[in-house]
Amino acid sequence: MTEAKISQSTAIIVVEGLIKQFGRFAALRGVDAEFDSGKFYVIVGDNGAGKTTLLRGLAGLAHPTRGSISILGKSPREACRELGYMAHPSLLYDEMSGMENLRYFARLYGIFGDERCGEVIRSVGLDPELARPVGQYSQGMRQRMSLARAILHDPQILLLDEPFSNVDVHSAWEMAALLGGMRDAGKTIFVVTHQAAVLKDVADEFVWMQAGKIVNRTEEWSPGGLAALDSPADDSAEGAQ
Amino acid sequence: MKRVFPILAVLSALLLGYAFYEAMWVAPMERTMGDVQRIFYYHVPSAWTAFLLFFINFLASLQFLVRAKASTLRTANWIVIGVGVLGAVAPFVPQVQTQLPEGLYPSSVSTTAVMMAALYFLIGKYFRGRSLDVLAVTTAEVGVVFCTVVLVTGPIWARPVWGIWWTWDIRLTTTLVLWLIYVSYLVLRRFSDSAQTPKLAAVLAIFGALDVPLVYFSIWFFRTQHPQPVIGGGGSIDPRMMHVLLINWLAFSCLAFLVCWARYRLEWLQREVEETQALESLLGDADTARAPAKIPYSKIASQSRSR
Amino acid sequence: MSSRRSITLATLAKDIRLEWRSKDAINSMLFFSLLVVVIFSFSFDPNAEESRQIAGGLIWVAFLFAAVVALNQTWARELRNQVLDAYRVSPAPANALFVAKALGNFLLVTLLEALMAPLFIVFYNLRAVGPAWQLIPVALLGTWALVVNGTFFAAMSLRTRSREIMLPLLLFPISIPAVQSMVEATRVILTGDGSARFWIVLLLTYDVVFTTACLALFETVLQAE
Repeated sequence: MTEAKISQSTAIIVVEGLIKQFGRFAALRGVDAEFDSGKFYVIVGDNGAGKTTLLRGLAGLAHPTRGSISILGKSPREACRELGYMAHPSLLYDEMSGMENLRYFARLYGIFGDERCGEVIRSVGLDPELARPVGQYSQGMRQRMSLARAILHDPQILLLDEPFSNVDVHSAWEMAALLGGMRDAGKTIFVVTHQAAVLKDVADEFVWMQAGKIVNRTEEWSPGGLAALDSPADDSAEGAQ
Repeated sequence: MKRVFPILAVLSALLLGYAFYEAMWVAPMERTMGDVQRIFYYHVPSAWTAFLLFFINFLASLQFLVRAKASTLRTANWIVIGVGVLGAVAPFVPQVQTQLPEGLYPSSVSTTAVMMAALYFLIGKYFRGRSLDVLAVTTAEVGVVFCTVVLVTGPIWARPVWGIWWTWDIRLTTTLVLWLIYVSYLVLRRFSDSAQTPKLAAVLAIFGALDVPLVYFSIWFFRTQHPQPVIGGGGSIDPRMMHVLLINWLAFSCLAFLVCWARYRLEWLQREVEETQALESLLGDADTARAPAKIPYSKIASQSRSR
Repeated sequence: MSSRRSITLATLAKDIRLEWRSKDAINSMLFFSLLVVVIFSFSFDPNAEESRQIAGGLIWVAFLFAAVVALNQTWARELRNQVLDAYRVSPAPANALFVAKALGNFLLVTLLEALMAPLFIVFYNLRAVGPAWQLIPVALLGTWALVVNGTFFAAMSLRTRSREIMLPLLLFPISIPAVQSMVEATRVILTGDGSARFWIVLLLTYDVVFTTACLALFETVLQAE
C-alpha cells in the first residue's frame, strides 16, 4: 500500500476510449476522462446512461470491451487495495450481524482483530455491539453498514453506487456529511445517484452521462437536469440554487 | 473462397461416391458377419474424424487459454515440445515397446506424437485470438455430428451381428463419454450469457481432455474384469479392407473439412454482424454533425460483398 | 502462504456459521436423500446376494444427486445481495475461495453420507464380504472427486441461464470415471470379488488431476462477468 500522498493536481484515474458492450447493446460508447485525487465526483444521468457500468469498470468488476482504465497507474484489479466499492445490493450476509460481516471482510484484506471493525462501524453511526442480523436492519442502517464494509481497509478511492436509494432523508444527509468528511481527509469519492440534490453542498464536480458517454462536467448542481445545461452559453450558476 | 469451395465440394462428392461404391461392392465380404459388416466403413472413419476434430478443439482451447499471458504461452510451448519429443522417442524404447497393444507399430505412435505437437504449433501460427474461439466452436459442433454417426452406426452394426444393441466396451463407451462432454460444451456455449463465454468453454474443453484418459483406463480395467465382445473386433484387417477403409477416411475427412470451413465462415460472419450492429449503436447518436466512421469489414465479409 | 490459508479458513468458518443458522442446504439435502433411499428401496427389492452387487451403484447415484442439491445451494448464498462482488473486488486470491467452498461442500456431503449409509445398510441388509474398512478411503476420495468438480462447475453455472440444471449437465459427463470407480470399488468390497486397489488408485489420480486443474483455472471462472 503506497504511503506517499498524491499531490492534489495529479490525475489518479485515467479512462481512455472505454467501450463496454453486452452483446449488441453498448452500455459505454467511448468514455474519455481524467479524475483528480481528493475530489468528490457525483455521476448523474438517466437510467441506462451507463453510470453503473462505468463504476463497475472502475471497480474491476466489468472488463472493458475496448479501451482502458488506469487507477494510480495500475489496472483496477491491481489497485484493488485502494478501492472501496459499495453497490445498491448490500454486499453483506443477511444472517450474520454487522460485526461478524465486517470481521470476515477484514480478513480478506489481511486485517485482524476487532478494533478496526468497531471503529469503522462507529464512524458510520452504528453500534458495533448490535447482534441483530443484517437482514433485519432498516434500509438506512444497511446502507451504512455496507459503507462501513467499503471503507474497512481505508481505501484511497471510494466507489458508491446508489448509496441513498430507499434511505430516509435524515440518514441520507448524514451519509452525505460523512462522505464529505472523508473527502476532506484526502479520499477520492465517486457517487452514482439519482438523488444528487443531497450532495449539492459536498460535491466538487457533477459528471453528466447520457447514452453511454460523458456529456458534461459541472461544478454546480442543476436541478433542471441535463436539459438545463444544453446551451453552453448558459451560466451554470443560473441553474443552481 | 468463392471459387475453391464449389470445386472442393464437387471433388468431395465424387470421392464420397467412389468410397461408397468401394465399400458396398468392391470390398470383400466379411467371412462371419456378411454384408452388415460394411457399415464398418462408415463407423470407423467417422470415429477417426470425430476424434481428430475434438483434438483440434482441445488444441484451440489450450492455445486460447495460454495466450492470455506471455509466460504461460512459453511454458505451454515447451511442454508441448517435450511431449512431442518424448512421444517420438519412447515407443522405440524396449520396455515401452512391449507395452504397446498388438498391431500398433512404434513408428505410428511416434509419428502420431510428432504430428500432434506439430498441429499445436500450426494452429497457434494460423489462428489468433478470436479465430481460435471460432475454430473451437466449429470443430466442437462438427465433431459432435460425426460422433453421433459413430454412436448410431455402432448399435446398428452390433444388433444383427452380436445380438445386442449396446455393450460397455472400451471404444464405444469412450466415444459416448466424449460425445456427452462435447454436448455439454455446446450447451454451455448456448446458455452462457457471460462476456467470457469463450474462456469458460475453453476451460471445459481442457477438463474434458483431462477426463478422457481416465475414462479409458477405468473402462479398460473394468473390461479386464468383465470381458465382453468388442464391437468392431480386434486384431488385423485384410489389406483390401484396409484400402477401402482409408479411401472412406479420406472422403470423410474432405467432407469434414468442407463442413468445418463453411461453419467457420458462418460463425465468423455472424460475429461480424453482431459487432457491426454494436458498433452502429455506438456511433449512431444524436450528434448528426459527425459523419459515422467507416466500419471496416473483414476479408471474409468483403469477399461476400464483392460479387 | 499464511494469508491465503487464513482467508480460506475464515471463509470456511463463515460458510459453516451461515449454514448452521439457516440450515438451507442440509435440510433440503437430508430430506431429498431420504426420499431417494426410500424410493430406490421400493423399486429394487433384491435378495442379499443381488443387493451386494447393486448397492454400490444405488448408493452413489443417490449421493450424486444429493451432492448436486448441496452444490447449487452453497453458491446461491453468494449471489444474494451480490456478496460475491465484495469478494471479487478484494485482494483475496480466487483459489482461497475455491478451496473454502470445496471443503465446505465436502464436509456437508460427507455428513450426509454418514447419515444415509446406515439407512442403506438397514434397507438392503448389507454386509460386506470383503474388507469393509476400504469403504472409507473410497467414500472420502469419491466424495472429493464429486465435490471438487461440482464446486468448480457450480461457479461456472452462475453465469448461465438455467443455472440449476446447468450444473448436472456439466458435472455428470466429467464425473463418469469417478462414479464408475466408486461404484465398482463398493461392489468389489461388498461382494469380496477381487481387489478394490485399482479403483482407489484411479480415484486418487482423478482427484489429483482435477484438483490441480480447478486450482489453476478458478481465477478465470470467478472473474468472468
